[in-house]
Amino acid sequence: MIRVLAIFCILFSTSLRAETIKLAVTTSFHNSGLSDILLPEILADTGLEVQLLVVGTGQALRLGEAGDVDAVLVHSKQAEVDFVANGFGTHRREIMYNDFVIIGPASDPSNIQNAKSADAALSQIASHKAAFVSRGDQSGTHKKELGLWQAANLDPEAFGGWYRSVGSGMGASLNIASSMNAHILSDRASWLNFGNKGALGLLFSGDPQLANQYAYIPVNPERHKHVNSSATIILEKWLTSRAAELLINGYEIGRQPLFVFNASPTR
Amino acid sequence: MNEIWAGLQAALFLVFTLDKDLVEITLRSLQVSLSALVIAAAIALPFGTWLAIRRFRYRRATIAALNALMGLPPVVVGLIVYLMLSRSGPFGVLGLLFSPTAMIIAQVIIIAPLIASITHQAMRELWAEYHDLLISLNTTKRQRIFTLIRDGKRALLTAALAGFGRAIGEVGAIMIVGGNIDHATRVLTTAIALETGKGDFALALGLGFVLIALAMLVNFAIHALSRTEREGTW
Amino acid sequence: MVNPTMSANLSQVIVKRRGSVILGPIDLTLARQGITIVLGPNGAGKTTLLKVLHGVERISSGSVDWSVPDELARQSQAFIFQKPTMLRRSVRENLAYPLQLLDYKKAEIAERVALWAHRIDLGDMLDRSAPRLSGGEQQKLALGRALIRDPDVLFLDEPCANLDARSTREIEKLLVDAQSSGTRIIMTTHNIGQARRLANDVLFLLNGKLHEQGAALAFFKEPKTPEAKSFLEGDIVE
Repeated sequence: MIRVLAIFCILFSTSLRAETIKLAVTTSFHNSGLSDILLPEILADTGLEVQLLVVGTGQALRLGEAGDVDAVLVHSKQAEVDFVANGFGTHRREIMYNDFVIIGPASDPSNIQNAKSADAALSQIASHKAAFVSRGDQSGTHKKELGLWQAANLDPEAFGGWYRSVGSGMGASLNIASSMNAHILSDRASWLNFGNKGALGLLFSGDPQLANQYAYIPVNPERHKHVNSSATIILEKWLTSRAAELLINGYEIGRQPLFVFNASPTR
Repeated sequence: MNEIWAGLQAALFLVFTLDKDLVEITLRSLQVSLSALVIAAAIALPFGTWLAIRRFRYRRATIAALNALMGLPPVVVGLIVYLMLSRSGPFGVLGLLFSPTAMIIAQVIIIAPLIASITHQAMRELWAEYHDLLISLNTTKRQRIFTLIRDGKRALLTAALAGFGRAIGEVGAIMIVGGNIDHATRVLTTAIALETGKGDFALALGLGFVLIALAMLVNFAIHALSRTEREGTW
Repeated sequence: MVNPTMSANLSQVIVKRRGSVILGPIDLTLARQGITIVLGPNGAGKTTLLKVLHGVERISSGSVDWSVPDELARQSQAFIFQKPTMLRRSVRENLAYPLQLLDYKKAEIAERVALWAHRIDLGDMLDRSAPRLSGGEQQKLALGRALIRDPDVLFLDEPCANLDARSTREIEKLLVDAQSSGTRIIMTTHNIGQARRLANDVLFLLNGKLHEQGAALAFFKEPKTPEAKSFLEGDIVE
């Protein structure tokens, strides 16, 4: 028993070297692999250790509301605006954007490659009753998908069994789509970085409707006194700096750039 | 089959190169689960023993409750602990959410009933065996508990190891209260969930094999001890 | 530590289990010295009587009075069960246990353990695991463990029922030695030969009642009741 206690004490060493900040980010952002590039640079430049909680947009905003994190980085504009309006966040700062793509069986049985627009592509999938996987988790991606169905004048509530709402993160949902050989809306970065593509391929992209804006929102310290607001300011400064711009614009997967930095120099 | 083979290779590669991340999350897994074990055992072993020898009105109800607690779904425990520790929750001021401490708390709640229940069963048997003798020798309650704990050491160790096995393989609760934060609260099980979600099955399997090896080691230990225990009586 | 003035008096003792009377009413005064054998067919209540005297069986009515306060009485009594309970420890630790309970000093414990281990002829087995001993060895160990704290009274419940001849003889010798050192012995048995060998006086139980009692010699030579007579002749008595 003493031996066990000794081992436990040795292992239990809390490292107090760097200042930490808790940032809730979306699974789409994390799965793109960009965070693995940015975090070490942030630590080196500012001494801040960014602790990432990778959850869906919905949960990220709930964590912000509860004050369990110091800031959030999500991609669902309407939800973000409401978040700030309700006093949970101080302000919304746009950082970068990427785009969504429609993934499906590489043989394209519903012929969406030649569709005129994103919502037209989804219409075709619906009319073919082709298998479609939805995030179903109130995430930015999910909200974008719902917006597209609305633009096509279709109501997902009325869909049949071909429409699968899985309530999972980006990677998990892609896994399911892969094993079901189904269509799915994904952000380009997560798709490129995904390791289990199976028989799926990128079928449709380029429609401006598919743009995906990421924004950074510090949690309101007036609501939650314990929030590390000095750190959130430092992080915001870094994320909108030239260093970040270079890293974000320069990030590629398979020679393809993914994100476009679009932060304005001032708030 | 290919994927399993790839996973095995990944596992061997990670282990033999003593991959830095692997070592870090393995140590953290051990830290969290061993801490949970020590704390849970400190509560559950004496409680289970005491329950075996004490006669009181609500004894049957307590034992039923204990056995029911064993069936608590770990993920539900995680959710409740999360709500307790959240900044908007009753214990938010402690700032424990998303730390290894929160994970330890959740695991203690999950494994303590298991350890107490096994302890209670073993101590009941031992008490039945020693009952007449200890009563006849006019022992006090305290002396009885000490005697049972001393002579039942092997069974108690088995109970503790069972609790450890449960803890080291748990993923639902610690995912929720720990947040699976890289370099802070990521452990073997949550890393497996993450890599699976990314579609990196080889790495996930590799981690899985390491976890299996750890769990098997523990189970072999239980097995070896139980057999010795049985030999002792006949 | 043997207190020769300790004696017991049972008055109208009744023991009920599940509503029916299994022992009693019993009126009995125990003599102060010697070996008392409790005889009787199975189910007569011999074990229950012993447990009542030792204070580990609850009585439904009546009273059991030892000439000393109950606490003291319990402390100076020991009980040997038909199947001995071995602590899952070594022979040495089993012998030491009762003394440890009473907070004896280590040196004295070691001395007594050595002495008694020798007396029960297990001197060269001190470090053996007790549960692994043979039946006879275990019973001898139980006896040593009981006598190691010099009890005033020793109860034995069919101690030799499962033992071979040699072990039986060794146990009987130990009992006789204990008795001559002043320990009062109260023992049940259904081995009539053993009763004859050891008894100073006899209590004959039948159907939960004290059917006959008396000095050993007289009882074996000329039992007063026909049931006792039949029993001694080896008949089945109900």
